[in-house]
Amino acid sequence: MIMPLINGLKITLKHMFMKPVTLQYPDERPTPSPNFRGLHALKVSHSKAKCVCCYLCPTVCPAKCITVEAGEDQEHNKYAERYEIDMLRCIFCGYCVEACPVDALKMTGEFELANYKREDFVFVKERLLEK
Amino acid sequence: MGYEILGLPMAYYIAMVLKVLVVFVFVLLTVAYATYAERKIIGHMQVRLGPMRTGWHGLLQPIADGVKLFFKEEIIPSKADKFAFLIAPLIALVPAFIGFAVIPFGETIEVGGYKIPLQIAAYYDTASGQVVDLNVGVLYILALASIGVYGIVLAGWSSNSKYSLLGGLRSSAQMISYELAAGLAIISVFMLSESLSLQKIVADQANGAWYAFKQPLAFILFFICSIAEINRTPFDLPEAETELVSGFCTEYSSMKYAMFFMAEYANMVTVCAVTTTLFLGGWHGPSFLPGWFWFIAKVYFLIFTCMWIRATYPRYRYDQLMRLGWKVFLPLTLINIVVTGIIVSL
Ligand code: SF4
Ligand code: SF4
Repeated sequence: MIMPLINGLKITLKHMFMKPVTLQYPDERPTPSPNFRGLHALKVSHSKAKCVCCYLCPTVCPAKCITVEAGEDQEHNKYAERYEIDMLRCIFCGYCVEACPVDALKMTGEFELANYKREDFVFVKERLLEK
Repeated sequence: MGYEILGLPMAYYIAMVLKVLVVFVFVLLTVAYATYAERKIIGHMQVRLGPMRTGWHGLLQPIADGVKLFFKEEIIPSKADKFAFLIAPLIALVPAFIGFAVIPFGETIEVGGYKIPLQIAAYYDTASGQVVDLNVGVLYILALASIGVYGIVLAGWSSNSKYSLLGGLRSSAQMISYELAAGLAIISVFMLSESLSLQKIVADQANGAWYAFKQPLAFILFFICSIAEINRTPFDLPEAETELVSGFCTEYSSMKYAMFFMAEYANMVTVCAVTTTLFLGGWHGPSFLPGWFWFIAKVYFLIFTCMWIRATYPRYRYDQLMRLGWKVFLPLTLINIVVTGIIVSL
C-alpha cells in the first residue's frame, strides 16, 4: 500500500521538471489539423458561390441552423439568394458539408468565433464566402 | 534608553512589537505567495505552466486576486444567521495566525543590551540565562487548531444551506478524528523531550538527532493528520466540489470567502512550522547561516511537500477518510506511544 503512494509522488516530481506543453494562446497560436471543423465557408467558382440551393444542407442539419432562400439569375439558374448559418446553434458536426451534392461547402480552421452581440454570430452569405 | 516601563527600556518593547509585526507580515506574505506557488507547482507537475500573464511569470497574481476579491459583491443569504455568518470567517482565520506566537523561529538576538529570543511569546531570563517561553506551547497550538473548526462549522450552519451544513459537519467529524491522532502522535515527542515547551523541544533536537529520525512513525503520522486537520487535499472533504458544491463556504463571497482561503493557507503555514519545530529540529541548522533561515527553509520545504501531495493524490471518500483516521492512524499512534514508552524506560 505504501509503495504505490511513493511511486505516485515520484511521478509528479518527475513531471515538474518536464517542459510544459502549454501554448501561450494569444501570443502563440495553434495550427488546427487539416480536418478540424471550424467556421464554414462557401466555395466560389467563376466568381460566384458554387451553391445551387438544393436545400440538402438545411434538411440534414441536426441543429436546424442553416437558412437558405433561392433566387433566380439572368440565365434562369437557381442560386442561393440568402444563405445564413447561426453559429450559436451549430454543433460543428459537418453533416452539411457531407450532404452537399456540388461540394459547395467546406469547413475551415477558423476557430476564434467569439463576439459581443448575438446578431454577430449569424454568418450571412457575404461573410461565409471563401476568401 | 530614556523611558523605562516595569524596569525595562523602551527599546525592549519596541523590539517586542517589531517581532510581532515581522512575523505577521511574513506569514501574510507567505500565505499570499503560497497560493501562487501552489498554482505554479501543481501546474508544472501537470506539465502546464500555471499563471503567466500577471507580471513576470504571473508574480503579481496574488495581488491581482486580492484586488479582485475585494471588489466582488458581498452576498449574505437572506435566511442566514447574520452575526454567525459574518464572524465565522474570522474565527477560522485568527487561530491560524496566532498559533505563531509560540513557535521559536530563530536564535536569541541582542537589542540595546537586552537579549531577545526570536519567538513571540518568550523572554530572556537574565537570572538563569535561559529563554523562557510558554511551557505548554504545544497544547496552546492544539487548542487553537480546534478553535479553527468552530469557524467552519459556524459558517456551514449559519449559511442556512444544506450543502454548507454538511460540509461544516464533515469538517468537525474529520477534525475530531484526526486531531486525536495528531495529538497522540506528538505525545511520543513529549516522552522523549519530557517537556511541552517548544524551546526545550527544539533545544533537545539540536543536541541529539531530530525527532523525525528518532520518531519516524510519529513524524509521518503527525504530518498526515495535520494535513487532514487543515482540510487539504487529499482530505479536503468539507469542500468537496463534486458532492457539496463548495462545502461550508458555498454561500460565501468576496472578502469573506477570501478569509477562508487565507485561513486554509495560514493553517498550512502554521502546521508546517509546528512540524518543523517538533520534528525537524526547529531553527537549528549548520551555523554558517542564521537560524531563521533554516527555519524558513524547512517550513517552505514542508509547504512544498503539502502541494506535492495535493498534486499527486485524489481525494479520499468520506468513509475511507474516517476509517483511516480511526482504524489505522489512531492504533498506530497508540502502538508508537507504547513502544516509545518501553524504549524510554529501558
Ligand atoms: S455543421 Fe452540422 S450543425 Fe453546423 S450547420 Fe452544418 S449540419 Fe448544421
Ligand atoms: S447542400 Fe450545398 S448546394 Fe445544397 S443548399 Fe447546401 S450548400 Fe447549397
